[in-house]
Amino acid sequence: MAGGVVEKPADPAAGGDVYRPLAVNYINKFKGIGNWLITLDHKRIGIMYLGAVTFALLLGGLFAILLRTELLFPGTAANPEVIASNDWYNKFFTLHGAVMVFLFIIPGIPASMGNFILPMQLGAKDLALPRVNLMSLWLYWIGTVFFIGVLVLGGLDTGWTLYPPYSSGRDVQLTLIFAYTAVFILGFSSILTGLNFIVTMHKLRPPGMGMYDMPLFLWALYATSLIQVLATPVIGITLGLSIVEHLFKIGIFLPEYGGDPVMYQHFFWFYSHPAVYIMVLPAMGVQSEIIATFSRKHVFGYKAIAWSSIAIAAIGFIVWGHHMFVSGQSPTAGIIFSFLTFLVAIPSAIKVFNWVATLYKGSIDLKTPMIYGLNFIYLFGVGGLTGLFLASTANNVHLHDTYFVIAHFHMVMVGSVLNAFLGGVHLWWPKMTGRMYSEFWGRIAAIFVFLGFNLAFMPQFVAGTRGMPRRYANYLDEFTIFHQLSTIGAYLLGLGVVIQVTYLIHSLFKGKQAPPNPWGASSLEWQSDSPPDHHNFTAKPIVMGPYDYENWEYVSENRGWVLKREVVETRKTLAKADH
Amino acid sequence: MSTATDNHASQTLPARPKELAMHFDNLHQQFHSGKLGMWLFLGQELLFFCGLFTAYAVYRGNHQDLFHYCHWFLDWKLGAVNTVVLLVSSLTAAWSVRCAQLEQRTGLLITLALTFICAGAFMVVKYFEYTHKLHIGATWGGSFSVATEDLPAQLLERYPDMTGEKLKTMGAGTFFAIYFCMTGLHGIHVLVGMGIYIWLFIRALKGHFNRRYYGAVDNVALYWHIVDIIWIFLFPMLYLIG
Repeated sequence: MAGGVVEKPADPAAGGDVYRPLAVNYINKFKGIGNWLITLDHKRIGIMYLGAVTFALLLGGLFAILLRTELLFPGTAANPEVIASNDWYNKFFTLHGAVMVFLFIIPGIPASMGNFILPMQLGAKDLALPRVNLMSLWLYWIGTVFFIGVLVLGGLDTGWTLYPPYSSGRDVQLTLIFAYTAVFILGFSSILTGLNFIVTMHKLRPPGMGMYDMPLFLWALYATSLIQVLATPVIGITLGLSIVEHLFKIGIFLPEYGGDPVMYQHFFWFYSHPAVYIMVLPAMGVQSEIIATFSRKHVFGYKAIAWSSIAIAAIGFIVWGHHMFVSGQSPTAGIIFSFLTFLVAIPSAIKVFNWVATLYKGSIDLKTPMIYGLNFIYLFGVGGLTGLFLASTANNVHLHDTYFVIAHFHMVMVGSVLNAFLGGVHLWWPKMTGRMYSEFWGRIAAIFVFLGFNLAFMPQFVAGTRGMPRRYANYLDEFTIFHQLSTIGAYLLGLGVVIQVTYLIHSLFKGKQAPPNPWGASSLEWQSDSPPDHHNFTAKPIVMGPYDYENWEYVSENRGWVLKREVVETRKTLAKADH
Repeated sequence: MSTATDNHASQTLPARPKELAMHFDNLHQQFHSGKLGMWLFLGQELLFFCGLFTAYAVYRGNHQDLFHYCHWFLDWKLGAVNTVVLLVSSLTAAWSVRCAQLEQRTGLLITLALTFICAGAFMVVKYFEYTHKLHIGATWGGSFSVATEDLPAQLLERYPDMTGEKLKTMGAGTFFAIYFCMTGLHGIHVLVGMGIYIWLFIRALKGHFNRRYYGAVDNVALYWHIVDIIWIFLFPMLYLIG
């Protein structure tokens, strides 16, 4: 009797037009905050991660609003300050970058939605290693505490990459050590999550579900996890060495003790470039689910999408040098890295073409997640194509460290990842909370996000090609219009996010009860109740293809979509025959 | 599927072993999940050390003469003793897995204890090596300051006009930065391993392990082997290659 599936007949006249949720679900099964803090339940851990990364998103967003406000006017030599001193401006952009990258985007989708959804899409009761999962959450919190320590102790102005020599040539700086420690610890949180996901996908798939029967979200998480496990330790050792270096002056990276700062850049980007794919691959996974679900059509090119995730992860390991075209790397290395970087465009484009082909002749339903899905295709298209400009070495020398780069990676990291994050939250919100959000406000906010985002970053492409360097607190008068448009866009984007937080929280208290499957999606998590039982499923889910939408039929708004009776009957007969 | 109406699938299956976690179907699945997790963790460990090995390669390439002079500071005899000690501990670690599989409780306790003791012996030797270097001032970065009379005899034999001051200006601190980072990180891993072996010993004493449930012993032994293998690389790279 998984939510409305087996026992309740599909005919609304017979079953009534009411969905009765479970009286005891994973939220109210155990009470007390202490129980949440030591829970091994992947759903609770996912929810806590979701809360934590949303907090990080708002914090990082606050710094973005501050730095954009500082850039509202050019500033003159006599009066450079708009709202803050240049030193504070440096701290704003450093903290914006560091908080967004390390606390929001990297853990964002895998740790929150991945944790919650992955075992359910496998029809499993939990991740394979629940204690490792809890440990990962605690490491995330400890890392966050160190980051908050950085804020409390006066901030940091090295840029989020913490490059020496920006981070050298001074006395032991406590905020810097805290930042290194925070990222070091967050790295292990990320490694443990990835490790757990790989084990779970290999060992807890139900009988009848091969690797190619998994939803594409899981393939994307698999590729992400590979990067997490294999790349993150390198930043771990890099920052570990940096801590030791600052405390004992040992001379690995700091030139004043005989170290090599370019080696830091190599080590840093050996992780941080693959980390870009830690951010975007899960987003692409969410995207595949959203596009297929709201086109009501089997996803086009399943294997191509699945393997392009793996290809992106693999190629992503060998392109880090494109961050260092102007760091004194040899021209030969530059050419090789340039070529390899162009190579990543192929699997990325394969995904986009497949999503578009899925839309073709689909029965498109413009629900809130789908609006984010369409935003994603457009913004990722722009972000990906401008990446090709930067991958060619000659262009790169001109565009390096300008606003063009800023606009490019925001298109990918924010345009795509934030859109997929928000789309995923809306897609799985009914499952996680058992409540429907306001579709009207959802669409309004999604449009705000889209317009605000474009207004914020399109002008930056133009400013960048005209030579506006990144990280400058003041600028020439001719750039004023681009900066002002961009700042207005940032405000709109911020407004969109605030609207969302408001109606999502409102829906927790006043939202309509969600049916088990409000979208007609076909992956296994939709066969559970909303919100799910402590053990995820009250009966073993019927294993079927993740995009077999024809197995479901729409009953009513209250009941949502239920499995067709003949599907259930056939499976029962088959199961009996097996015995 | 229509029979599993209970919230707890465990109650519908007969004779569910007490070691089996709620979310696994059987001990086989549980064992192999843990093992795959450990192998992935070991992959992570290799990449973690990779940064240091790369730094070693870069600095060795840039300062070949320096690495040549400085390797005489390291006593290859002590390094060899430690290598043997670690190899023996790997043997006892592997043996402990076999004992757990065969349910030989005494054998398990003895091999676990022997592994712990070997790890301890390794750290004692390491302690003497470290204190000697700190004592003569063979340390990292700018703090390197060894008096000429404290230079290793083999070094002075071949290069009689070598002085401590010369080595310092050549950047001997870089060699010792790499040396202390690599062996220090390895040492931390040995200490962690010793802690885990205490935990295993207590669990073995309580009789937690049997022929169907010995994943912890097996996985810790895997971890112990990687700590061993990393040392097998560190020893020649630092002590032997001149």
